[in-house]
Amino acid sequence: MGENILGRVIPDDVLGNKPLFAGAFARSPQGRKASPPLKAVRPGENKVLASIKEAIKASGLKSGMTISFHHHLRNGDYVLNMVLQACAELGLKDLTVASSSIFPIHAPLVEHIKNGVVTGLDCNYALGPVAEAVTRGLLPRPMIMRTHGGRVRAIESGDLHIDVAFIAAPAADAYGNINGVDGPSACGSLGYAMADAQYADYVVAITDNLMPYPLHPISISQSLVDAVVVVDKIGDPKGIVSGSTRITRDPVGLTIANYAARVIEAAGLVKEGISFQTGAGGASLAVAAYLRKYMEERHVTGAFGMGGITGYFVELLEAGLLRTILDTQCFDLVAVKSLKRNPNHIEIDAGMYANPWNKGAVVNLLDTVILGATEIDTDFNVNVTTSSDGIIMGGSGGHSDTAAGSKLTIIVTTATRTRLPIVRDRVTTVTTPGETVDVVVTERGVCVNPRRQDLIEKLSQRRLPILAIEELKRQVEDLTGKPAPARTSDRVVALVEYRDGSIIDAVYQVE
Amino acid sequence: MKSLRRSLLFVPGNNPGMILSAPVFGADAVILDLEDSVAPNQKDAARRLVSEALRTLAFGKIERIVRVNALSTPFGEKDIGTILAAKPDALLVPKAEPESLRRVSAMVDEMAPETGIIALLETALGVELAYQCALVPHVNGLFLGAEDFTADIGTSRSAEGIEISYARQRVVIAAAAARIDSIDTPYTGTEVTDEFLADVRLARKLGFTGKACISPRHVQAVNEVFSPTQEEIVFAKRVLEAAEDGRRRGVGAVSLDGKMIDPPIEARARQVLMRAGLLGVEGGKRNG
Repeated sequence: MGENILGRVIPDDVLGNKPLFAGAFARSPQGRKASPPLKAVRPGENKVLASIKEAIKASGLKSGMTISFHHHLRNGDYVLNMVLQACAELGLKDLTVASSSIFPIHAPLVEHIKNGVVTGLDCNYALGPVAEAVTRGLLPRPMIMRTHGGRVRAIESGDLHIDVAFIAAPAADAYGNINGVDGPSACGSLGYAMADAQYADYVVAITDNLMPYPLHPISISQSLVDAVVVVDKIGDPKGIVSGSTRITRDPVGLTIANYAARVIEAAGLVKEGISFQTGAGGASLAVAAYLRKYMEERHVTGAFGMGGITGYFVELLEAGLLRTILDTQCFDLVAVKSLKRNPNHIEIDAGMYANPWNKGAVVNLLDTVILGATEIDTDFNVNVTTSSDGIIMGGSGGHSDTAAGSKLTIIVTTATRTRLPIVRDRVTTVTTPGETVDVVVTERGVCVNPRRQDLIEKLSQRRLPILAIEELKRQVEDLTGKPAPARTSDRVVALVEYRDGSIIDAVYQVE
Repeated sequence: MKSLRRSLLFVPGNNPGMILSAPVFGADAVILDLEDSVAPNQKDAARRLVSEALRTLAFGKIERIVRVNALSTPFGEKDIGTILAAKPDALLVPKAEPESLRRVSAMVDEMAPETGIIALLETALGVELAYQCALVPHVNGLFLGAEDFTADIGTSRSAEGIEISYARQRVVIAAAAARIDSIDTPYTGTEVTDEFLADVRLARKLGFTGKACISPRHVQAVNEVFSPTQEEIVFAKRVLEAAEDGRRRGVGAVSLDGKMIDPPIEARARQVLMRAGLLGVEGGKRNG
């Protein structure tokens, strides 16, 4: 048994030689980067292969290997299912699927796990039938759950070796240049596919939109791509991007957003060159809308905005309130179009965005980030991985990365979710450590991490409803009662890896 | 202790979620509504829900007002009995006229003498007899209900509110004469628009002490408009200092910034500081 500094116990048999979490910046890298094999493509050679099966055969993929996918097609992705179906038909077994996220549309994975085609999963976020089946103990080995930055770290350090990367390509040319901004399945940025393309032993582009050479713009270069396969459809546009994300109209959500923007203002961050990230949800966007008012009043221009990029960020860019958008992922069609035509809307890869072990990730330069939470404990640890009954329904994504990097990390959440209180004595799963979380904003008040005495001082000069997190917990428990902890067995079904590769928590099997 | 009633937020009495979150929007008072927002077949359930909410939920410093049904309806008497037993801070009595108010006042006397009454003046007779309404024991506020009122006088509402201008002024003056609060009719849209802001500013200019809100989104702006501004507070302090100084020096009339300070100006300054004191707002050192 190993116990990390947050008091989370990890059984030795699943921990293996992985380090235990010892603090957000406790580990430093050593050694050299992993590297893909040298290759040569000679004049006259053709990269276009007839089918996914042909590509699998050409890649040399064997049972026991690791294949990877990106999640830019989100819940409209057909590629992961098509590739796994082909692997199953070819008799491959014991594969590890390293997909940056797993969505409900990937439900067929459950059968592949039952049949032994897939025995390992590695992702940054999982939602839907696969996540639920994993929590119920379907997978023989614990699933590894990383952060967006941590996944790139794992790939570059060799912790996560990818044998074959299958890259869903909304647009590709016959020599393997790829972008995400053209075609019927356009998804915008391809930020999460770039490390896979650089470090996998073999890279297959799968496209439904073969364009004349040379494709432009180029997001992933031909020099990284071994083969191109054309299929009818790589995804369902309805599941890839939403029409448009609206700012919430819910008065509780607006109250929270208003407090959050006032916290940012009180912290002294509304100044020339401000940088911020918000989620794409309606409440997070509302924070941006309130922040916009402060920026306009003070004639302040932001240096950059990040996050799941939506039309609202594009509006800020076009209104001159942001100089640039740094984009690893687009969430709606307005964002996709903007990325294509606006040179100040810049596609960046997940490593530049958030990898803790490179020569400087953009998250380090964030002034503030607005994040959500499923649960928070009185030490400010946040769970966005499991529901309160212990079922996996998310994961860090960029949560831990941006919380660690930004000057001011704000969690916005309602104080209750239906009848459950948000603040707990102990979160079901720690995703993001409390030492990287500064402020929790709810409709019932604002809680500042006691580690940030400087902030407490600044905020108490404003008319904000500040209260201790223990007091918020007490008030909410008066309304909801105190829920029982999730009922789980002692079998680990997933390891939650912090961005630096250490194990911050484990998810246990739910019957 | 008396607190301000700048913003009074209506919350449907049959919606548990909205009642739970009612205290979080910054309103000075919440009005848990048993009347127009509750369908007749839900009146009993809402009555019970609101009475339990009064007993169990923590509203902090927020005033808890319940709008009961009028005594002329089959629900009024039961509402008042059940709600008074749960000790609200005040009842908002619809279709208020002196006669019906006196009956409610007698029930309050008997069951919960600490409870206040706000008279919702929404009939021509109620508005015309506003001052008599204000004098009924326990009545501590007059509230203009413009929708029913305009129907009663045979017209309809307009954005600029010309049709209720007399009623507004009558309510303000009657309340001021009786030294109680005057509350303006809510703006009926749900967005924060220029039209809404103009309506709030007009209410304050007319002399209302507060305004009802049907949307939580309106609360913040109403609070702002009905709060003394930093400039007003600083000016009021200077007025009182100058007046005090004049008295010390035995000078009858003093002037400030070239203008005479007479008793009404001094009285207004005291009022501003009283409201600021109730809000816990201090005059800033800096002007602005």
